[in-house]
Amino acid sequence: MTVRRVMGIETEYGISVPGQPWADPVLTSGMVVSRYAREHGLRATHGAWDYSDEQPLVDARGFEMPRGQADVSQLTDAEDPALANVVLTNGARLYVDHAHPEYSSPEVRSPRDAVVYDRAGELVMREAVQLLADQPPGINLYKNNTDGKGSSYGTHENYLLARDTPFARVVRDLTPLFVARQVITGAGRVGLGRDSERPGYQITSRADFFEAEVGLETTFKRPIINTRDEPHADPDRYRRLHVIIGDANLADVANLLKLGLTSLALTLIEADEVRGALTLRDPLLALRQVSHDPSCTATVELTDGRRLSAVQLLWEYRELAARHLDREGSDPDTDEVLGHLDRVLALLEDDPMSAREDLDWVAKLALLQGYRSRDGMGWEDPRLRAIDIQYSDVREAKGVFARLERAGRVRRLTTEDEVRRAVQEPPVDTRAWLRGQLVARHPDSVVAASWDSVVLRGVGGAARIGMPEPTALGRAETAAALEHDDLAEIVAALAAD
Amino acid sequence: MAGREQVRRSGGGGEDEPGGEAGFGQVGATNAARDESLDDVLADIDGVLESNAEEFVRGFVQKGGQ
Repeated sequence: MTVRRVMGIETEYGISVPGQPWADPVLTSGMVVSRYAREHGLRATHGAWDYSDEQPLVDARGFEMPRGQADVSQLTDAEDPALANVVLTNGARLYVDHAHPEYSSPEVRSPRDAVVYDRAGELVMREAVQLLADQPPGINLYKNNTDGKGSSYGTHENYLLARDTPFARVVRDLTPLFVARQVITGAGRVGLGRDSERPGYQITSRADFFEAEVGLETTFKRPIINTRDEPHADPDRYRRLHVIIGDANLADVANLLKLGLTSLALTLIEADEVRGALTLRDPLLALRQVSHDPSCTATVELTDGRRLSAVQLLWEYRELAARHLDREGSDPDTDEVLGHLDRVLALLEDDPMSAREDLDWVAKLALLQGYRSRDGMGWEDPRLRAIDIQYSDVREAKGVFARLERAGRVRRLTTEDEVRRAVQEPPVDTRAWLRGQLVARHPDSVVAASWDSVVLRGVGGAARIGMPEPTALGRAETAAALEHDDLAEIVAALAAD
Repeated sequence: MAGREQVRRSGGGGEDEPGGEAGFGQVGATNAARDESLDDVLADIDGVLESNAEEFVRGFVQKGGQ
């Protein structure tokens, strides 16, 4: 049993020009991407994401070289800010998604690495804000998911799943987890209802925006389980579970548990060991009941008639995992996740406020309660809403979470050094290594890229390297090929491997 | 379960109002209020908060995303 699997997080950041709420967010998001890219000598190629879905494989490892097929000039001349897009040297993608700058982390293989690369994204956005500050009033970015006025934007998790796991089983056995895990993943939100029409505080920023149990949409009628089936990998072997229901986490423990717990549940589901035992009678109602109850005592109804709290539901998954674990053994990544999970669940059970060093929604609530008690503010006070927004400001000096963490009031699992390194270097054990290394070593030759391909020029035309296996083409596998200076030799060495 | 015996942090318990429609978002402030070092944090954060909260909140307008 393990929490390890291929995964990643994509985050659309909130964007704001001080004093100019009318500023065009597509344009400003494009400026964020282009400015960061320019500073780092990266090609902010406009539209040069390889959307090609053809994957004819020349050999078993998936390399092909259709020479001269890519028209390079076409890929680089557009200046539409909506299409600003760049692949970073760490293998991540920084681009404009709808009306937000988005950082999509590189593929990693453990929850801990996912946390590190998600935090690397925060540093990328922080640097972009610093760079843009030289043109007052600058552009500010927020790692949050709602403006509290009816708009929401996502933080999505992605998990690679075995293709042979029936999707109906995923829907059945993962839905209760998504309802229950809110008490861990919540970023906290001042205001109830999509437009914050009722004063109060709730656990997650996204719960009020979900209207369906299952569906393909992501921008309206948002479903608890998103059915997008776009594996970015060999579709015969893999499915990518695209999770749209999480909040953006800043606290390491919350983020680690979000990924670890979900990956663990997926392992149970792949082994068919949940078997509908935790199915909820009304998941959408339960979603709001849990989010709207910071005391964590509300219970939700299961189809078998039981009523369990979110924490009790999570203990049920934990018990199933324990049995699986006894049989299959564990590993250090799993032990780390379970250690924190057991600790945090016990805290939530005892007194939710005692989890304020671990979870965003509790850390934020403790702070807001401090203000309420000191200054006698009601939940409708705009100062509380301002703090809610500023909690996720990516600037080191202005971000309230950053200040809490620096004051030692939030438990940190990562080091600043490893996060800084993750801004530059890709994870060593996925194809992100090859993608990032090609960008770092040959920035002018990568004319397009996607999760499962890189298109190079300067090899007597163009070469498209297919990467259908996410765990292949890591550091060890590509070391010899990347030693070459000449691109054609690199491509030939990779293909020959 | 072994994990339930993990160290528990101080903070008391039971002060929170119960869940249910009436209690939504209405957690009591008693826990945080007892935390004296929190006052220092509040003072620290006071110094960086946006000066005009109302205008700042009004100006934070986003387009919907995914």
